[in-house]
Amino acid sequence: MIAFPIIRVVTKLLIPYILLFGFYVQFHGDFGPGGGFQAGVILAAALILYGLVFGLQAVQRVVPAWAVEKMMALGVLIYAGTGITTILLGGKFLDYEVLDHHLLPGILPHGQHLGIFVVELGVGITVTAVMTMIFYTFAGRKHVL
Amino acid sequence: MNLIVFTILAMLAATAVTVARIRDLWAAIMFTGIYSFLSASWMLILDAPDVAFTEAAVGAGISTVLMLSTLVLVGPSDAGRRKPALVPLTVVTITGCALVYGTLDMPHFGDPNDPIHLHPRPSFVEKSQVDMHGLPNVITSVLASYRGYDTLGETTVVLTAGIAVLLILRKEKDEPEREAVSQ
Repeated sequence: MIAFPIIRVVTKLLIPYILLFGFYVQFHGDFGPGGGFQAGVILAAALILYGLVFGLQAVQRVVPAWAVEKMMALGVLIYAGTGITTILLGGKFLDYEVLDHHLLPGILPHGQHLGIFVVELGVGITVTAVMTMIFYTFAGRKHVL
Repeated sequence: MNLIVFTILAMLAATAVTVARIRDLWAAIMFTGIYSFLSASWMLILDAPDVAFTEAAVGAGISTVLMLSTLVLVGPSDAGRRKPALVPLTVVTITGCALVYGTLDMPHFGDPNDPIHLHPRPSFVEKSQVDMHGLPNVITSVLASYRGYDTLGETTVVLTAGIAVLLILRKEKDEPEREAVSQ
């Protein structure tokens, strides 16, 4: 892709905004449309765009394949771990009411909101990792990209 | 409003027919991307921005990339024009007519007496603000709190699918390394 300077420059300009939009969809999902699934795919799209233009080696220097493999499971762990935490705190599985606290009011969200936030984060991490991993395995099959 | 809806739907139908008819696989992939983008626009008109996001990112973005990388592996052209198949055409036409006949029984779009507006009682919508301490997005509260188990299951499905792709596709990459070690 060295021969296509316009594509390279436009990609470099676009990727920060794609990432920003992905994080906005992730962290604003409780207030507006969006959430973990959508944000995960948008974040993965940024990585895939980088990989398409600059090559698989370049994107794997940013996010190595072993880290993506770990993140696939990490997201589900965060989600299920939230459920286990609520059991340990005396509630039912994924009963976010017991997460209610009086620590830093106004900065940390309360009970239900905190639970939804953490759980959506888990979904986002898993979806980003799985989408990126599928691209890595496809593109790495004959080192074509 | 109606003009936009019908224009988009007509373009969707035209794109679908083009995808089915075109023999150049590269162009067909581009048309499936266009199809996804059109359906994302239509979802946006139906007030479903969540679905529109997902369709635009997955359908128009990532699956186009994945299909293109498959194309690099399998080659750019179709095997050739097949004979016109009368039996499949008849089956598809009859099935299509049955499906259209089935939609006549469905409630009208936006009808307040739809089963979907009555059956899981509107209580989710009414109670959400109180239950979630003022979280305004009912979709998120239903998805992550009222139906948290369901979403945990979905996330596990995504993980399982990822692992399956990894196991199937990574095999070839590992083999030369093993050969190199044994040599």
